[in-house]
Amino acid sequence: MVSLPTLRAPVTRRPAALRDGVWPWVFVLPLFLGIAVFYLWPILQTAYYSLTTWGVFGGSTFTGLANYAQLAADPQLLLALGNTLLYTAIVLLGVPLAVYLASLLNLPGLRFAALYRVLFFLPYVAMPTAVAMVWRVMFNGDFGLVNYLLGLVGVDGPYWTSTPGFAMAAVAVVGLWSSLGFSMIILGAGLKNIPPELYEAAELDGASPWRQFRSVTVPLLTPSIFFVTIISVISSFQLFDLLYAILGSSNPVLPKSMSLVYFFYREGFVSNDKGYAAAIAMVIFLLIGIVTALQFRLQRRWVHGG
Amino acid sequence: MSTRPLGQPVTRRHVLGLAASIGLAGALSGCGSNGGSTPGASSGSASTYAAAPTDLQAQLTYGLWDQTQVKAVKANLAEFAKTYPGIKVAVNVTPYADYWTKLQTQASSDTMPDLLWMNGPNFQLYAANGKIAPITGAVSAGAIKPADYPAALNDLYTLDGVQYGVPKDFDTIGVWVNQAIFSQAGVALPKAGWTWDDFQTTASQISDKLKSKGIYGAAGGMDGQTTYYNTILQAGGEVINADGTASGFDNPASEQGLEFWHQLIASGGSPNMKQLTDTPADQWFVSGRLAMYWGGSWARTEIADAPVAKDVTVVPLPVGTQQATVIHGVSNVVAASSKNQQAAQTLQVFLAGKEAQQQQGDMGAVIPAFTGTQQAFASSMKGVDLSVFLDAVSYAKPFPVSKNSAAWNALETSMLPDAFDGSKPVAEVAGDLATKMNALLAKE
Repeated sequence: MVSLPTLRAPVTRRPAALRDGVWPWVFVLPLFLGIAVFYLWPILQTAYYSLTTWGVFGGSTFTGLANYAQLAADPQLLLALGNTLLYTAIVLLGVPLAVYLASLLNLPGLRFAALYRVLFFLPYVAMPTAVAMVWRVMFNGDFGLVNYLLGLVGVDGPYWTSTPGFAMAAVAVVGLWSSLGFSMIILGAGLKNIPPELYEAAELDGASPWRQFRSVTVPLLTPSIFFVTIISVISSFQLFDLLYAILGSSNPVLPKSMSLVYFFYREGFVSNDKGYAAAIAMVIFLLIGIVTALQFRLQRRWVHGG
Repeated sequence: MSTRPLGQPVTRRHVLGLAASIGLAGALSGCGSNGGSTPGASSGSASTYAAAPTDLQAQLTYGLWDQTQVKAVKANLAEFAKTYPGIKVAVNVTPYADYWTKLQTQASSDTMPDLLWMNGPNFQLYAANGKIAPITGAVSAGAIKPADYPAALNDLYTLDGVQYGVPKDFDTIGVWVNQAIFSQAGVALPKAGWTWDDFQTTASQISDKLKSKGIYGAAGGMDGQTTYYNTILQAGGEVINADGTASGFDNPASEQGLEFWHQLIASGGSPNMKQLTDTPADQWFVSGRLAMYWGGSWARTEIADAPVAKDVTVVPLPVGTQQATVIHGVSNVVAASSKNQQAAQTLQVFLAGKEAQQQQGDMGAVIPAFTGTQQAFASSMKGVDLSVFLDAVSYAKPFPVSKNSAAWNALETSMLPDAFDGSKPVAEVAGDLATKMNALLAKE
């Protein structure tokens, strides 16, 4: 049997971290310092500031859990959470799609495979704001391409970016579209690790291509699928730039379609209530932590090789 | 430990490590920043003013946001350097979108530019926290005479009786008219002195006649400065009371000012709120699908570049119970933390002077604030008389602001569309808005 990616932690009791002595740590130190200064320290500071009320120009007063009490009673938190979950759900639809497309691209003898790969990956490397501006024009209710095409088949399209509900769906479709390339690259790499012998064996046993996909490709790809899912969920929870750029800051629908991070941004940088914003950031942090931990627990049920 | 090429299998620890570093940390790291200094510490260090000696050596930074004005600013600075060769000024341009976030950070650490542009909505925040220096000294020394500038702008940059900024330029609102659409519809052109009723009738007539072509008579929208702020003032109402402590939205006159836009949409005179969200009024106008556009003097650049420019004329806003427009303008302020107070103030005074302002006006970037230097603007667009925007100063009222204007501006954006598109009664929305706005004002 070929060796499969292991998802089990090393069994040894001795801390793996110390096995190689001090030198690895010395080499990691510069990177760690950078992360400590630019990530860890701000996180700790944010945790502290979430317990304070901020002056606009700094100068914080300790107010204990007041921000959290206010947040618990704020209907906007649930609204933002609901919108974020809706967005996440739609973007996650892209994962099976990416699995399917990646395995199509991986078919032996496919012509122009490199070209397709570039085309799918382009949205991921394009500037999100520039991408968003183009989609905004395409979604325009009166003059947009989307409604024009719908009109050709007799459908009277809505005002996508200015109708609550539709606005979030429109943003999520763009989010799905732009994350597809990244997922496909990861999954494509995973596919390359599946030994061709397995397909040969399956074929000899008379498995149809679809059966091979279901019984060989998908199970052996689950570690990559798991990784892509985790990353998609985390980045979906951080939805901000697409939403902000597609809807526009003066869009009346934005307050009804806001995501958690937009809620954080608005309180902190528009209303200048930075202590409250820090509390929102902590809640986002915890939510992402909980959801990610939950996924790690559930992966035992479906990730192959666990 | 080697780095992992993309082709390697993904393991749980990789996933965990990446998840932690990309996601969890990224979610938070945007928020922390230095919060050390205390507000309100510094106060009027500029109570006396004496022009710098001409041999003063100093390095100044001048912070502003509009790249298109840099040429005129540099011309001003070249003149300044003739008198003060030792004062070197670095012009620091930050795009508007980032300007205020950056300035707030700089103010927190007392590293603001020595001299900088200030606008109305942000002014009180900086003045109340002692981040900018008053011009009291320069005024009492006679170096700056507030009477040379529009009174409404002096008011805009005055807090608790102390003026902090010298108006640099101004903008007022007028109605940009596409004459070709009027003749196509066979409707008479509006004239100065027209009333609200004239406007509403004209708008709905044009829409009725040209609806099949996708052309509208007029347009509302969510930009208060060019739309409902004006009608609220014209009806005799107010957006916020004079000392910035109470909302004026629930004032019956203000409600009439809001009802104006509801009526315009209900009669079909304007595209609806969804259409206006997707395509704002200025875009309808420059693409030749709007007969009348309530727009600022700053719209000149955009309109002059569009094909409709040849058909354009400007008329004053229609008159409600009184004639009114909001006026706004940028001012030059000196940072209270500046190490070069004297040099910065000398530059501030120079830029406020008639010669520098005349130069600004002649270079056509903006309408300069100094009375008598504006004529160049009136004829700055080929074939169109823009003097409407200059004449508007006589009936202009200050742009409504308070210490944290942005907070209640966000409420307007989220609540008023319901009133404009008729999904809730205007009075109900206005009442709710006033209640919430008052709660925010109480926190200032």
